[in-house]
Amino acid sequence: MIGGDGIWARWFRTLTCLFLLVWLSLPMVPLAIWSFAHGWFFPDILPQEWTLEAWRHALSDKSGVLDALWLTVGIALAATALSILIGVPAGRALGMHRFRGKAVVEIMIMAPIIVPGIAVVLGLHSVFIWMGLTNTVSGVILVHLIPTLPYVILVMAGVFANHDPAFEAQARSLGASAFQTFRCVTLPAILPGIIVGALFAFLVSWSQYILTLIIGGGRVATLPLVLFNFATSGRNDLTGAIGMLYILPGLLILLITARQLSGCAGAVGGLGRV
Amino acid sequence: MYRHLKITLMLLPALAVLGGLFLGGLFLGLMRSFNYMPVIGLTRPSMDAYLAIFSDREFYRSFLLSIHISFTSTLISCVLAVGAALLLRRLHLGRTVITFLFQLNLTVPHLVGAIGILYLFSQSGVFARLAAEMDLISRPAEFPALVFDPYAIGIILQYVWKEVPFIGVIVLANMQTMGHDYEAVARSLGATRWQGFRYVLLPLIWPGLLSASVIVFAFAFGAYEIPALLGAHYPAALPVLAHRKYTDVDLAARPEAMALAIVIAVLSAVMLAIYIRISRRRNGC
Repeated sequence: MIGGDGIWARWFRTLTCLFLLVWLSLPMVPLAIWSFAHGWFFPDILPQEWTLEAWRHALSDKSGVLDALWLTVGIALAATALSILIGVPAGRALGMHRFRGKAVVEIMIMAPIIVPGIAVVLGLHSVFIWMGLTNTVSGVILVHLIPTLPYVILVMAGVFANHDPAFEAQARSLGASAFQTFRCVTLPAILPGIIVGALFAFLVSWSQYILTLIIGGGRVATLPLVLFNFATSGRNDLTGAIGMLYILPGLLILLITARQLSGCAGAVGGLGRV
Repeated sequence: MYRHLKITLMLLPALAVLGGLFLGGLFLGLMRSFNYMPVIGLTRPSMDAYLAIFSDREFYRSFLLSIHISFTSTLISCVLAVGAALLLRRLHLGRTVITFLFQLNLTVPHLVGAIGILYLFSQSGVFARLAAEMDLISRPAEFPALVFDPYAIGIILQYVWKEVPFIGVIVLANMQTMGHDYEAVARSLGATRWQGFRYVLLPLIWPGLLSASVIVFAFAFGAYEIPALLGAHYPAALPVLAHRKYTDVDLAARPEAMALAIVIAVLSAVMLAIYIRISRRRNGC
């Protein structure tokens, strides 16, 4: 503690803390209420009637919300798997080796984190049309790699910077094959990093809007697209229910990684763009 | 030689994907903004798209609006985030709870935050209802326009809501690794609390704060779905304008959309350069 704390200072701090608590959770409240509301008109503070209708409709086969949910999960899983496959070796090269042109490679990997998707995707659209990738799920997965891959590479570069290659050399000298060494020595050491990188990549893909809209051409209806459509068409009850469904994976991932995340600013940077 | 080959092979897939998709997308956007695409018979590059957007009032209003959105939300987020971090580092229970909420907030997609802001601040939203309850207004239209408004208040509220936790977590982590020692020394040498903050703590957290701000600024400048949901129709934020021109039935508007995309890319390239300079200097010393 620095300096003395008067009673007013303590009150001020507690109040500001409470204000922060309320402000941080506030926008989620009307969404949650709307998802259980049956007609909630101005000037009612709370709905006249509560109902599970929106949830029932959202979770029925008719509404297409569940289809959108599974499609979004599938796209995010595929983009994550590809990012891990491509990003782990690149992370190793950046984390463990010095080479000429490294600075350029690093800029190349940082660039998609700063440059917004709309600046890239309009140009990309024309070549995707030509390759027959527009309006397809594979096209959307491919374009999601632009934001997901840099995060995996950055996380893995951090992991490999603290990785000691001596263990691998020992395994090789004891007669293990390259594959055995990777399987039994390298992989267990970097697995926690891979999991964190994968969770980030999943969340980043999960929250993409404009890339999916342009490349999917509206035909690849992921959850954020469906959510946006309901939000702009005035179906507030369904919007509330879909919104709640949409934040669920992030919540689960946070509960899983709460320990790894705390105090790791670099890793948190990954969530910043979600 | 073998070592170089190995490094190249490890980097090749990543560079192929990012080079092909990211640089490829930028390059094609640039060519199309000059209406130059030999493959489909457009062999004569022209500046028409740029001349068209640069002589259009709407472009300047959109550009200024986007700068206003990103600058104002970055500034407010930074001030509030540093304030929150200063407050939180002294609380024990409060810190655990709010740090958790900060992280929770980081996982919520911007679109959900934007819908929440819409339901809170629109003219029939929660705050309008509360105002009606207190007899401050009698009809929704009497509530001030905080969303779809020309000053982009709703958009800025959303970014502040989402970015205070982002900057706050980074600044808090920075403060925790430094500890209280530097400030304690300053105080024992006679510095006031404000001097301790201004000349000791702030310079120490400045690089982290600055690089977080650059990320926030670039994001707020280029994001589409938030201004598309919360913004006024005219003037629209630059990304919304670009998308509108791109989906225009008049195909002649497409090069203009590409030119707008290039303007956004150039501004974010400046942000990237600043970001790299900061992180170089930080690693250097």
